[in-house]
Amino acid sequence: MGAIREAFNRLLSFFHKPQRDTDLEAELQSHIDLAVEENISRGMPPDEARRRALVRFGGVQQAREQQREARGLLWLDVLKQDLRFTTRTLRRDSGFATTAILILALGIGANIVVFSVVDTILLRPLPFPDADHLVRIAPKVSKCGASCATYSTDAVQEFQRQNKSFSDFTGYDAFTAPGNWKLTGGDVPVPVSQIDVMDNFFHTLGVQPLMGRLTFTAEESRPSGPPVVILSYPFWRRQLNADPNIIGKAVSFGNTPNTVVGVLPDTFDFGSVYSPGTKMDVFTPYIYDRVREYGNMLSLTGRLNPGVTLAQAQAEADLLFPTLDGSVKRGWKGHYTAHLWDLKDFISGSLRRSLIVLWGAVGLILLIVCVNLSNLLLARAAARSKEFAMRSALGASRSRIVRQLLTESLILSVAGALLGLGLAFAAVFYLAHQGSIALPLLSSIRIDKTALAWTIFIAVTAGLLFGIVPGLRIASGNLQNALKDSAASTTGGQATARLRAVLVVSQIALACVLLIAAGLLLRSFLRVLDVDLGFEPSRAAAISLDYNDNGDPVKRGVFDREVLHRIQSIPGVQTAGITDSLPMSRNRSWDISAKGKHYEPGELPGTFAYVVTPGYLNAIGMRLVKGRDMTWEDNDPKQAVVIINETVARYLWPNEDPIDRIASIGGSDARVIGVIADVRETTAEAKSGWQMYVSAVAPQFGPQDPQLVIRSSLPAKTLQPTALAALRQFNPGQPVADLKPIQLLVDHASSPRRFFVYLVGIFAGLGLILASLGIYGVISYSVTQRTQEIGIRVALGATLARVQFDVIRATLQLALIGIAIGTLASLAASSLIASLLFGTTPTDPITFLGMVFVLGSIALLAGYIPARRASRINPMVALRNN
Amino acid sequence: MSPAKLDLLQGTLDVMVLQTLATMGSLHGYGIARRIEQISGDEVLLNQGTIYASLVRLQQRGWISAEWGTSDNNRKAKYYSITEAGRKQWAKDTAYWQRLSTVMGRVLATSTDGGL
Repeated sequence: MGAIREAFNRLLSFFHKPQRDTDLEAELQSHIDLAVEENISRGMPPDEARRRALVRFGGVQQAREQQREARGLLWLDVLKQDLRFTTRTLRRDSGFATTAILILALGIGANIVVFSVVDTILLRPLPFPDADHLVRIAPKVSKCGASCATYSTDAVQEFQRQNKSFSDFTGYDAFTAPGNWKLTGGDVPVPVSQIDVMDNFFHTLGVQPLMGRLTFTAEESRPSGPPVVILSYPFWRRQLNADPNIIGKAVSFGNTPNTVVGVLPDTFDFGSVYSPGTKMDVFTPYIYDRVREYGNMLSLTGRLNPGVTLAQAQAEADLLFPTLDGSVKRGWKGHYTAHLWDLKDFISGSLRRSLIVLWGAVGLILLIVCVNLSNLLLARAAARSKEFAMRSALGASRSRIVRQLLTESLILSVAGALLGLGLAFAAVFYLAHQGSIALPLLSSIRIDKTALAWTIFIAVTAGLLFGIVPGLRIASGNLQNALKDSAASTTGGQATARLRAVLVVSQIALACVLLIAAGLLLRSFLRVLDVDLGFEPSRAAAISLDYNDNGDPVKRGVFDREVLHRIQSIPGVQTAGITDSLPMSRNRSWDISAKGKHYEPGELPGTFAYVVTPGYLNAIGMRLVKGRDMTWEDNDPKQAVVIINETVARYLWPNEDPIDRIASIGGSDARVIGVIADVRETTAEAKSGWQMYVSAVAPQFGPQDPQLVIRSSLPAKTLQPTALAALRQFNPGQPVADLKPIQLLVDHASSPRRFFVYLVGIFAGLGLILASLGIYGVISYSVTQRTQEIGIRVALGATLARVQFDVIRATLQLALIGIAIGTLASLAASSLIASLLFGTTPTDPITFLGMVFVLGSIALLAGYIPARRASRINPMVALRNN
Repeated sequence: MSPAKLDLLQGTLDVMVLQTLATMGSLHGYGIARRIEQISGDEVLLNQGTIYASLVRLQQRGWISAEWGTSDNNRKAKYYSITEAGRKQWAKDTAYWQRLSTVMGRVLATSTDGGL
């Protein structure tokens, strides 16, 4: 009890220092007065009475100090002194302080940003309640993109009824396209991205509505049900001005009024979980009976019952899925398999390695920053060794001096952390609000408590790391030596010089590892950019068309021809064509086989199918290797025509000419009229699968969500108004959609790689700059230190070239040791990033040599500047100095 | 100065202050110092100033309380008096010191006799 009270009182005293001091002064004064009075009353003369009183009292100052020590917090007082002293010294040396704080801010800021990304994507649970119960269900082997990653309506409903593992089981329609709807009712239609979700979709995820409800009723999920929508938060804010009374109101989409039943919360972003880099605006009920016979439609998510493990659910799924029906009506078995993934793993599993490498890179940066600052502080400490020796001689304890040095580095790192935090806030804000990087969950990235705790942790660690080395140097130093050593100049002595050399070498080694990793990633990225995509994204752009043809192929043909005619007559437009799916955007697959041949079930992969007009292949830049393009006359209702890619041709008609062969597409006949070069249809990094192109004017195929592709010498932005005007003049229902360069699709597909390459590249550049600063600092310092020696050598006849050569040799020595260590470390670590590389081996000699050359030349440059200075030393001046 | 010695000295002075206040009632700092000097004769060489550290320590532990008042000859001074908690502590300390001095006396007596 007494101890707690005392601690509390000590703390109080610390904060009431002036008051307590005044009180003590008054008390001491009254003590002396009382003593003097008593002495006088005993008959002493006043002077003698006062002298005696003071003698009996003892040292007044000592009594004060003792009392203060007994009542207050000595260490806190010392800390306050240290802080005050440090800020004063740092302000005096503002150049050093600014450099240090800036370097630290960059290092710490980068660490916070990367930590926030890692935290959001890897560490933090998904933004749903009990997110660890959420499971994603996908086929064990996917041979055909989205079509094979989905299940039929019948299968899903059967599984819903039969399973015991899931408390909720739901799905969404995987075949939607951005901008497939339009918001009408305003001046011009606005494109809207809509998706059908099952009635219990949001309930399964555990999303709570901002307003209204997030489930659809059975009535609303019927073909005859009332049209209802749930709105995303950004859409509600942006397009409906955040109308607080929107529930129950009708909003017009494609001239059909839809009643708003709910608004999603700000925290829910469909795209960031299921389809990184895209935004969904409007959610509508999945109408089971309308699409029941459309085949595989649903992409699945489930919520496990409490207590059910993933393995148990997997075992049940392994039993049930093979028995599910593809279509009850058509008696078609689905032959389904299912692999259950923890939803979080499914979303971020493939990014784990990249993120860890990124984290490692940024950690290296922080290490380099610390080493750099250690070096700076060491130089500073060396320059101040006289001051420290003097303070020691005057009675400052060694621990007190070390403590003050640590205080200095902690102040620097805290200031750096604050500035870094500011930078990080800006960067994270940018990352959260850009929409083009296809990384999941990026929109929910933020600097939260964990990130702040991380900041504090790294700031303190950094402070200790770079403060401890100079601190220990001083602590182990010999007072006499320091005073002697610095008799002539302000050097820190031989040992310090060696220590600084070690620091520089480790800096170069770290930078070398970073540079080589960045080089390997960059080379992979260049390889990816270099891949022959099978089409020409440059100078091609696409815009969504909206035209209701009521499924009439003749009407559609007339409309398409007119659109293409009008677009092609715009000056600058070379050619144009229409497709229902663009490469690297959505995909869907059908079956194709050679008619009359027998195939084992499951032998043929699904084939990506595209419904296109004549001229499309040309407009997107796909290469016909054999046969011919479509014509407007390819509309025979009995026999369709098809263009296949080389992969299909090779498999179905090996060593034969496929032209004019008859293929079977989903049971109906189609004549092969052409073969095109393989197209990379999902990303540049994945191999081509099976592809086919059928005619948009053939009555057999109905294209949905047509996209007009224009090849033009004009940039898309310039062309957009003219093209849109032409389309709207002809078809007033055309929404004001953007004309998007095809390159965007390609960039979007490679955006995660681009993101990582940029970041690692920036870090490597930063590491390079820091390392070269380190070399420069050490060499330049040693030149200054040896001015006299150099002066003597020049006076004795050493040539300038010789002096220069010596300095550069010292530089190269450091650099080469660092590079050698760094290269070895890179070789050892290269297997860690092997899986992130594309078309590049982890020990790619060109990258290694190139990066070693870059680092070596930068080191040489950093050494050359002081070398030049050394060679210009005037012996007379140098000798006269000091 | 080794910490053990310091502790003993500190503790000694604290006990003397508590004893003084417990027996004499309310006193100012000078009065306490004078009283300790008088009682111990010239055995204790006390820098009067050092009692202020002791006084503030005891006060912060809640064993004594302080109040500004006026002395007999109308001079302002801070008066200390022992608290309830202080009395308990004083009883404990007194018992401890008495035991210690008895033991010490016994130990020292045997060693002068050469009885060990």
